[in-house]
Amino acid sequence: MSDETMTIIIDGVEVAAQPGQTILEAADQAGVYIPRLCYHPDLPPGGHCRLCTVKVNGRPASSCTFPASDGLVIENDTEELNAFRRTIVEMLFVEGNHHCPSCEASGDCELQAMAYRLGLLTPTLPYLRQPRQLDASHKDVYIDRDRCILCGRCSRASKVEDGKTVFGFEGRGIHKRIAVDGAKGLSDTDMSVADEAARICPTGCLRVKREGYRVPVGQRTYDHTPIGSDIEHKKATR
Amino acid sequence: MAEDYAKLVNETVEKFGKDRGRLMDIARALHAELGHLSEDTIGLVADALGIHRVEVRDMASFYAFFSREPKGRATIRLCNAVVERMKGADEVAKAFEEAVGCSFGETSEDGKISLEYTPCIGMSDQPPSALVNGVVLTRIRPQDVPGIVAALRKGEGGGRLHEGGYESSEVELNLRQTGPVVFAPMERGAAIRKAVNMTADDVINELNRARVRGRGGAGFPTAMKWDFCRKAEADAHYVVCNGDEGEPGTFKDRVILTEQADLLFEGMTVAGYAIGAQEGFLYLRGEYEYLIGHLQQTLAKRRRLGLLGENICGREGFNFDIRIQLGAGAYVCGEESALIESLEGKRGAPRDRPPFPVQKGYLSRPSSVNNVETLCCAARIIEHGADWFAAMGTKDSTGTKLLSVSGDCERPGVYELEYGITVEKLLELVGADGAQAVQIGGPSGQCLAPKDFGRAISFEDVPTGGSVIVFGPERNLLECMRQFIEFFVDESCGWCAPCRVGTTLLLKQLEKVLEGKGTRADLDQLERLGVTVKTMSRCGLGQTAANPILTTLRNFPDLYDNLIKPGDFIPSFDLKKAIAESCAITGRNPELEEEHV
Amino acid sequence: MAKPLVATAPFTGCFGCHMSLLDIDDRILELADLVEFDKSPINDIKTFSRPVDVGLLEGGISNDENVEWLREFRKNCKVLVAVGQCALTGGVPAMRNTVPLKECLEEAYLNGPTVVDGCIPNDPDIPILLDKVYPCHEVVKIDYFLPGCPPSADTLWAALTALLTGKDVGLPYELIKYD
Ligand SMILES: Cc1cc2nc3c(=O)[nH]c(=O)nc-3n(C[C@H](O)[C@H](O)[C@H](O)COP(=O)(O)O)c2cc1C
Ligand code: SF4
Ligand code: SF4
Ligand code: SF4
Ligand code: SF4
Ligand code: FES
Repeated sequence: MSDETMTIIIDGVEVAAQPGQTILEAADQAGVYIPRLCYHPDLPPGGHCRLCTVKVNGRPASSCTFPASDGLVIENDTEELNAFRRTIVEMLFVEGNHHCPSCEASGDCELQAMAYRLGLLTPTLPYLRQPRQLDASHKDVYIDRDRCILCGRCSRASKVEDGKTVFGFEGRGIHKRIAVDGAKGLSDTDMSVADEAARICPTGCLRVKREGYRVPVGQRTYDHTPIGSDIEHKKATR
Repeated sequence: MAEDYAKLVNETVEKFGKDRGRLMDIARALHAELGHLSEDTIGLVADALGIHRVEVRDMASFYAFFSREPKGRATIRLCNAVVERMKGADEVAKAFEEAVGCSFGETSEDGKISLEYTPCIGMSDQPPSALVNGVVLTRIRPQDVPGIVAALRKGEGGGRLHEGGYESSEVELNLRQTGPVVFAPMERGAAIRKAVNMTADDVINELNRARVRGRGGAGFPTAMKWDFCRKAEADAHYVVCNGDEGEPGTFKDRVILTEQADLLFEGMTVAGYAIGAQEGFLYLRGEYEYLIGHLQQTLAKRRRLGLLGENICGREGFNFDIRIQLGAGAYVCGEESALIESLEGKRGAPRDRPPFPVQKGYLSRPSSVNNVETLCCAARIIEHGADWFAAMGTKDSTGTKLLSVSGDCERPGVYELEYGITVEKLLELVGADGAQAVQIGGPSGQCLAPKDFGRAISFEDVPTGGSVIVFGPERNLLECMRQFIEFFVDESCGWCAPCRVGTTLLLKQLEKVLEGKGTRADLDQLERLGVTVKTMSRCGLGQTAANPILTTLRNFPDLYDNLIKPGDFIPSFDLKKAIAESCAITGRNPELEEEHV
Repeated sequence: MAKPLVATAPFTGCFGCHMSLLDIDDRILELADLVEFDKSPINDIKTFSRPVDVGLLEGGISNDENVEWLREFRKNCKVLVAVGQCALTGGVPAMRNTVPLKECLEEAYLNGPTVVDGCIPNDPDIPILLDKVYPCHEVVKIDYFLPGCPPSADTLWAALTALLTGKDVGLPYELIKYD
């Protein structure tokens, strides 16, 4: 069963897939990049950002959760889907309060990088400007909720990788926020700077203190190469 | 005091078997006792259950009926659904604010009464309505309000505020037309006795031949769902009845639950037999708490009659029982996977599919989630046979459909009609002359214009879970659509970005157009946003949330065209508004500075 | 053919975007060959004497005077280009947007650690603060956006020369930066 390979077709190209893989995993392996934000290779998928939405036999589905199966015909890199993705990225920008020039994550931030990759010059949807709580109580790690995109990576990493439950959600709809397992903030939890969760955040929301601005502009992760290049590189070197 | 409090929490947790899965019930019980769920309560519950505080808070902060702040001893939840507002809810709201002395969202100064809005509570046929600590008030007139408030202040129950449950509640039946399937007289156990003399496969096959499809909205063939569930291997299977009935304008399940609860439980039991389940759940929306006594009694009676429990109807080894799970105010819990999460004591966040509930549902076991009406149909099909059922309705929509009709019509209420009836005929039946539009399937459905009134209610033409809202000629249709979008903003679970943010942006964009600040470009933007939310959202809520806009853009383009202005850009920015705060702080008067305005 | 006219405006920003424009080194001479500057702090012209081809906007919109100027620019410029994060998003000044204005003013003028005998200024001659710092595109229609804080000299150069020679202002990956 396990050596049985299947074939899926992404944008007209045949891609091999193993049973148990999702569409996104199969694509990654083949060097085909599907945009994503909430997915992380070490974690179970979350299905939050919907950026990885592709059309599976004509119907939209999130590729990070959808199991690959033989013969699936998938649209990924189409102008239609990329326009939807660009709009979602815009939504995340106007939902939070992102001031990139003063953010430690700038240059390494996946949200920002996704905007660059999708050619978003600036968000033009109306800003929501909701106040959000900063939690700097912990000695080594802070949460600046202005920059949270509710991808749930921290929460999944804390559970799955660290065997803890430091994070969860709170509230619903547009009032949903990332929450911590303490009555008095992050310092009141068993969060440690050594946790996987401390370095899993795609944005500048959950950050390790005293680490910002170490890498000069021009040498940061996405200064020269778009997000996803590492995956696409695999194909190029085949 | 603190000890009493800890004791109460511990006892409550004990009462539900220290079962994390019963967190909804634990929270409900404590909320009823304490009036709110404080951070302290949350911590105590977490300790007692041996789980994390953040997990309890995650659930408690999700449901509209759970407050994290202290509230009045009485909470008046006035329904502000579209139909209710069409029928005077705004005036009633004003009367409440005056009588209580605070605005909605606040608690009176004496701390006794809180005012809250709530979306449709399933009383659109008798508006304006409200829930007062679980008791339903209907047809409230502004002049009734001072009396209601005075009684609450004195802490009186009784009168309209009795807590007597359904039998003595003031909810009207409004069953306008009965039909042969759901609202025909029934004999307890008739369907079960037939079923247990058939094989499970034959039961499913009978449904298959009847071509019955789900009544909850999606229209999935019921036989196929049961078959998938039955065939999925696992150590347990579950029957789940979806009694969340949250779609604004729907109240047909309410009438089934009061008039034909036995038929529903009959259907659930048949389902249990067919899929090999020993346990069934009726997920009842929190708004219908007033029905719980009646439903529990019905279940007790059925247990006494051997229609639930062990070796049902003498069939050796057929054991099945039903538990009722109350919700706590969340429309999305009607979505089957969110419902299952809620049933497990968690926030009602839908799951990604696949896997589907029939593969991995409640406690990761195969579960068949069916609508109340669907299960009633299933019982009848087994009782009377597939041919009898399939002879009614149309080719792809067999049987009858319950329609909850409300809005601008003379005879709002529940109608059991064969599938295939045209909208026109229906309007005649309910006494709705000159309707400008009909909302079919609630906000998540479609808004039909008169040109489409010749179309037939059926899965193949105009599908509906049962909500039919009539808009008379005088209504401001797009304002009603705005309120529908507001509903989705409030009810989005927030799990996924396109729906969480997109619904709010849709509302803003629609409001811009309604304020006369829109151009053709704004309509294009409205459509673009709508299609994004529809295509990219994770579950049915987001996938349908733009429908009020998308279907009116298509069916009522003139309404929009009349609102927009020439040119390609009008800012939403308003200088007067933007400087108002500044002027108030500094005491400057913008009127004097004419050139700035 | 007359040289295209360019006007620039500093709204609520740090002047860094204007500095970046000067930072295009000797290309500024080339640019000067290409265009003529009208209303601009670079040459201190304060009124529009004639219609302008391209308006470059720096900074977010934080007071009534910004609004008035911006509208003036829209009226007088054929093409408006928002330049830099402040003009595009409100930028650093917009960090006050999630704090009520009253609190901002009280902190700045009454309760701040360095305030002595403070009062919130209310002189009729000073501009009236808006409740929020707005990006330019929320107030008038903007035709092009050049991101960056500031946009690099290369970005400005690439965009301006494209714009002035009627070419497509598509920015390559490395020139789209939000910082
Ligand atoms: C947001 C949302 C709300 C829903 N609400 C209900 C509901 O209140 N009752 C219901 O039966 N189905 C509801 N559904 C449909 C259910 O997900 C599911 O399809 C249905 O319960 C299946 O039962 P059926 O096959 O008998 O129709 C809802 C779906 C969505 C997306
Ligand atoms: S988190 Fe990313 S997008 Fe947000 S401000 Fe920081 S760098 Fe910018
Ligand atoms: S804190 Fe970071 S990792 Fe956690 S949900 Fe927010 S953006 Fe995602
Ligand atoms: S579509 Fe809306 S309701 Fe459904 S998962 Fe996404 S946020 Fe939640
Ligand atoms: S964008 Fe940056 S450089 Fe330009 S004005 Fe604003 S703060 Fe200054
Ligand atoms: S990566 Fe798939 S939903 Fe976010």
